[in-house]
Amino acid sequence: MITLIDGLSLGSIYALIALGYTMVYGIAKMLNFAHGDIIMVGAYAIMVTLAATVSPIAAIVAAIVICTILGILVEKLAYKPLRGASPLAVLITAIGVSYFLQGLAQLVFGSQPKPVGSAWKLPAIEAINSLGITTAAAVTLVCGIIIMIALTLFINCTRTGSAMLAVSEDRGAAILMGVNVNKIISITFAIGSALAAFAGMFYLFQIPNTEPTLGAMPGITAFTAAVIGGIGSIPGAMVGGVLLGVIEKFCLASPLAPYTVAIKFSLLILILLVKPTGLLGKVVREKV
Amino acid sequence: MSDIMLKTENLGITFGGLKAAQDVNIEIKKKQLYGLIGPNGAGKTTIFNLLTGVYKPTAGKFYLDGEELTGKNQEAINRKGIARTFQNIRLFNNMTVVRNVMVGLHNNPEFKCNPFVSAFRLPRHFKVEKAMRERAKELLRIFGLEDERNSLACNLPYGKQRKLEIARALATNPKLLLLDEPAAGMNPQETEELMDTIRFINKEFDLTILLIEHDMKLVGGICEELTVLNFGKVLAEGETKEVLNNPEVIKAYIGD
Amino acid sequence: MGKINIKIKPKHLVNYSIVLVMLLIGVVMLETGNLRPSIAQLFTQIGYSIILAVSLNFVVGFLGELSLGHAGFMCVGAYIGGLSAVMLKQALGASAKLPVLVIAMLIGGLSAAVFGFVIGLPSLRLKGDYLAIVTLAFGEIVRNVFMNQKIFGGARGLTTGSLTYDTRRAPTLFIVTFIVALVMLIIIQNIVRSKHGRAITAIRDNEIAAKAMGINVTFYKLFVFIVAAFFAGCAGVIYAHTTTPVLYTFFSYNYSIEILVMVVLGGMGSITGSIFSAMFITIVNFMLQSQLSGDLASLRNLIYAVILIVVVVFSNAPALKSFREKYSLGALFAKLFRGKLSDPAKRKDDEAKWDRVPTKIKMDALLSTDLNVDYTPARPEDLNGGKEGK
Repeated sequence: MITLIDGLSLGSIYALIALGYTMVYGIAKMLNFAHGDIIMVGAYAIMVTLAATVSPIAAIVAAIVICTILGILVEKLAYKPLRGASPLAVLITAIGVSYFLQGLAQLVFGSQPKPVGSAWKLPAIEAINSLGITTAAAVTLVCGIIIMIALTLFINCTRTGSAMLAVSEDRGAAILMGVNVNKIISITFAIGSALAAFAGMFYLFQIPNTEPTLGAMPGITAFTAAVIGGIGSIPGAMVGGVLLGVIEKFCLASPLAPYTVAIKFSLLILILLVKPTGLLGKVVREKV
Repeated sequence: MSDIMLKTENLGITFGGLKAAQDVNIEIKKKQLYGLIGPNGAGKTTIFNLLTGVYKPTAGKFYLDGEELTGKNQEAINRKGIARTFQNIRLFNNMTVVRNVMVGLHNNPEFKCNPFVSAFRLPRHFKVEKAMRERAKELLRIFGLEDERNSLACNLPYGKQRKLEIARALATNPKLLLLDEPAAGMNPQETEELMDTIRFINKEFDLTILLIEHDMKLVGGICEELTVLNFGKVLAEGETKEVLNNPEVIKAYIGD
Repeated sequence: MGKINIKIKPKHLVNYSIVLVMLLIGVVMLETGNLRPSIAQLFTQIGYSIILAVSLNFVVGFLGELSLGHAGFMCVGAYIGGLSAVMLKQALGASAKLPVLVIAMLIGGLSAAVFGFVIGLPSLRLKGDYLAIVTLAFGEIVRNVFMNQKIFGGARGLTTGSLTYDTRRAPTLFIVTFIVALVMLIIIQNIVRSKHGRAITAIRDNEIAAKAMGINVTFYKLFVFIVAAFFAGCAGVIYAHTTTPVLYTFFSYNYSIEILVMVVLGGMGSITGSIFSAMFITIVNFMLQSQLSGDLASLRNLIYAVILIVVVVFSNAPALKSFREKYSLGALFAKLFRGKLSDPAKRKDDEAKWDRVPTKIKMDALLSTDLNVDYTPARPEDLNGGKEGK
């Protein structure tokens, strides 16, 4: 039971990251390899602001703002010039951006893990903690669910949201209908990066240390989640993320613990081979 | 041996609930020039995709020269003798013209040469390469592309790209050649030339040709028989003149 | 029998001679007693970097599939080849250095080739990004599994200290390495310039058309992955002879990306480019490692990142097309050797461009909704042409 709650809470972190992948993939048709590293930037932003202001709220706001700006900046500088170029070129550039962010963080903060600071602590909530569930897990789970509901509402109930759906459905038609595709793509990157900042925050609740490669593993795992759910599908990313979090926690609690990474990735390969469109994705044929 | 080259029996495919083609029966005699026409969305290219193995039919069968090919994959079908061109040209853009044709010659038994021989450049490799290049040049000569043989395929003008695609398909030594809108985007003079070329390869290579075309001048000029498709079904078939004067057909094209 | 033409074309001679020249320099330094062990180590590193870069280029540049698991193949070679070398050495005695290395290299290479076959299988169903991620996942799985095997030393890594090939007096591993690199160049270049190479590039340029031409796509995809994995495995065995312990952390996807940087910098599909950039990056690494210590070493990652982004954006951005045609290296060379080389009509068949960046690399079907996937139609009529098909 506790493993399940832990898994769900880890899963909601994955789901938040996976949402970023899946939205960007659906709308810009590219795999944003650097998405995981945005989480890392968010974590460092929290650490630095916390050291300066001692206010966790300020730290969270700073992380969200910085990540959002970074997301838009990366899109404008690295990806936009390549729109219309081969997807391979875009993917390699994204890898480059990921490398760049990691290298930069290492240069500035060093490669050793750094503690966030003592101000970063959640209050104990007796009612939950007595059950063996950490406050961090509970907060992550609840906030994760709230954020996902808010995102779903945003996409389904606002003009911008429906424009995003239109672009992911058929970019050409959306342009003809007067949708400003560049703006929509920027917004997508902004939202995805803000979600990554939240993910970074929850991550720090669980492991209060930052390091330059912090985002790499959750990033790839969340990508797996996005694929499992069906890339491009928003509910799919949520389901996939939660599923993967639960699987990971159960693996870690079992004798197979050393093989957790192998199991996660084997699952990815298996899903891609058997059902490349994922659980909730849809089939699109290549035209001949 | 019968004189039927291609025979389809109630061929059909459904995508989800959409019947893209159903109960299509076509019979093409050897060395015939046969046309497949119909309004946009009638399922003509779908038929090509079925015949070349891009899609597996959900109903019916088809035979090439008496041999059933239903359900075989694209490579196998090509080796059995069906070659095609594409509606939206699909050349190997980053390769030279002559190499495009040489890819078509790849499976020709005369040019067999396993990777080991090539990796160590045994004498057979040089012999095969030279012979392939000569054969490719001959084919290019027929289409008047000899002089452009060393430019990249993507740098050719549009009409020549279409011709190159036919040359490349011809290189696979097919019994049946499927041409998907060979005259699309050509001006009247180019179309005229193309008609001559199609007639020429039809005679010279003893080739059966099935073509999709919207240009009625071309269809009327070279096709001996026609099948008209509408909404995935055969609307009419028979000799070209009769079919083109069939009121049903005219209605399908022009509307009521 | 007709006359057989056995001229070796100059371009390919260049590639052989680069490696030969380095081999010669090394041997001369060795004979004159000027070869310090650290420099010999650098030569070996350059050698196996060339092997890795060219074999990855075979997959990325010629077959057109992005593989992020090349370090995984190297990992297989290093662990399995390394372990068999240790065992062989016990069986054959310490004096049989060369036979041990050669046999171990075959074992390591072949086991990597088996993995190459396994990872080639998904490439039959998946394309583009998805395949890239699968290869990345594969590399991580391999690492994770080897890390947990007691026989390979577990988390402490495989001890290969007894294998040290270079001695203080005679550091000769680089000779073997360069010879392997030469063999690889011969095989890959000859394949690329044969009908098989044409089939492979045809798959890269347009897989659907290649299938329609009867090209056995299954065979060629697996073939390319197997050959590339074999040589990456060989490189792994060489690596196992230079370093102890062989540690799984080395083969993370970061290393796969480092190899990819070499390929991208040299130009996808250009073997000469891969050789030069493998040399360049290995030397830069070597210098930075001795100059910069600690966290400053991360400058290296920054440099790689900038190289990747700048090179790819420069050579692929649609908006920079005309700029590129004027100022690219290729254009500069064409100006230098004005005349024969630059005029495509006068180009000999065999000198046709192998070294173009592939434009195809079709993504999964999702991308087919994208506007400019395949080619730009030459005439407006063709825009309507695609409407009818399914």
